[in-house]
Amino acid sequence: MMPWADLVFVLVVVIDFFALGSGRLGAAIRIVAIQGGLLALLPLLLATGGQHHLGHVLVISAGALLVKGVLIPWLMFRAIRESAIRRELDPIVGFMPSLVLGGIGVALAFVVTGSMPLVEPAHAFLVPTAFSTVWTGLLVVVSRRKAVAQVLGFLILENGVFVFGLLLSDFMPAMVEAGVLLDLVAAVFVMGIVMFHIHREFSSLDTEKLSALKD
Amino acid sequence: MLVRAIVQLLLSFALAPLLVGIVNRVKSLFAGRVGPPLLQPYHDLLKLLRKGAVYSRTTTWVFRAGPVVALAAVITAALLLPIAGAPAPVFFTGDFILLAYLLALARFVTALAALDTGSSFEGMGAAREVTFSSLAEPALFLSMLVLARATGATSLSGMLGGALPGAWTAAGPALLIAVIVLFVVALAENSRVPVDDPNTHLELTMIHEVMVLDHGGPDLALILYGASLKLFLFGALIVQVAAGAALRGGWGDLAVFAGGMVGFALAVGTVESLMARLKLTRVPQMLVGATVLSAFALVLLVR
Repeated sequence: MMPWADLVFVLVVVIDFFALGSGRLGAAIRIVAIQGGLLALLPLLLATGGQHHLGHVLVISAGALLVKGVLIPWLMFRAIRESAIRRELDPIVGFMPSLVLGGIGVALAFVVTGSMPLVEPAHAFLVPTAFSTVWTGLLVVVSRRKAVAQVLGFLILENGVFVFGLLLSDFMPAMVEAGVLLDLVAAVFVMGIVMFHIHREFSSLDTEKLSALKD
Repeated sequence: MLVRAIVQLLLSFALAPLLVGIVNRVKSLFAGRVGPPLLQPYHDLLKLLRKGAVYSRTTTWVFRAGPVVALAAVITAALLLPIAGAPAPVFFTGDFILLAYLLALARFVTALAALDTGSSFEGMGAAREVTFSSLAEPALFLSMLVLARATGATSLSGMLGGALPGAWTAAGPALLIAVIVLFVVALAENSRVPVDDPNTHLELTMIHEVMVLDHGGPDLALILYGASLKLFLFGALIVQVAAGAALRGGWGDLAVFAGGMVGFALAVGTVESLMARLKLTRVPQMLVGATVLSAFALVLLVR
């Protein structure tokens, strides 16, 4: 079981890098959807049997797959189709600097978490992967101009929080998990409405325009 | 053991152009053509060797030395790389650094020869080639370090030798990333498609091809042969890392290795057929991405 969990964690971090380096919104949405699907595998791979109830694990996994892998990507694809944008052309922090920053953050996450006083995690890569993914999400949120890309950054950040939540999945009731996922959908929904308004007002999704004064 | 290493070395010298033939055949199959025969690169080399060479009056001895030194450097690099799991004829601690810099020397003299013609066009190609390979170099070294760290060996023969199967079970994900990064580096260093187009002499795509425009006859044959040998070396490196447990040191390995090399050629040909060449400004982005990935693999190991 462990090598597969290894592979999933590593793939999640590799997807972080891809999201940092890619300018095409369609490809980025697809890769974040794949990340969500991979995250849905994690509760199953990390289930130790004894403490976990099978039903609980299945609910978390299926919920993550549905919301992160199917529902939200579908909403995002709708958003880019409606607003007819394909690329993040000119990010505030360029793709190469953000890749390098992401690499530094991931390296720090893997080095530092070893000395953190945490509950014994189910897997050695769990905490560093969570931190790397949260860091990547933050980077994407602050470094992109297009609202769609910023929402994607928020999703990546949320994925990191989900991984971190697995640390406590023994004690977290399924209803709380469901509530978190519902929150996520609601947040993306609200962001979708905000994006719609930005798009109608400026006929572009560039958030820079929000700071320009209008008479 | 030494006899076997030398036999394998001679075999790879003989078979290197065949690899290019396979890549070209795969590309033509994707394009719906019959394509050139598999042995076409050999015919090309023989034809070029029979021709005479024309040298411009503005060139000096640097221009004539370029192809010779480049091929000599690549052949010396081939001495350091183990083939089909058998130790290389020459190995010592840290020989992977020498391998990388022998390949860099080959590129350096090719760039010098291009600059020696005094053509601004070739100077531009040389500048691009050197820029891209300076970005590919950290990725190459970091993935070599991943290999060294995972196997605990510091020579290429040790890295690709007996310790590799154990390393795959202990550090599989890191080695998998290293294989992918090495493949990207191989595409960039051999001027294959996402970075450069080996078929065209159009000025926009010209990186490596423009540097050798002024070479003709035997000089061009040396350059083409050196390029195919370099592709073979990168292929051998990647195949042996990827094969890992399958290469145990017996003669049956030769079959596994040959199969792996054909697979490598198929992979290169498929990538070339399915991908468009990247925009020039996107290439550094891809190479930096590869570097960051290999740094991540190293972090996984040294943590």
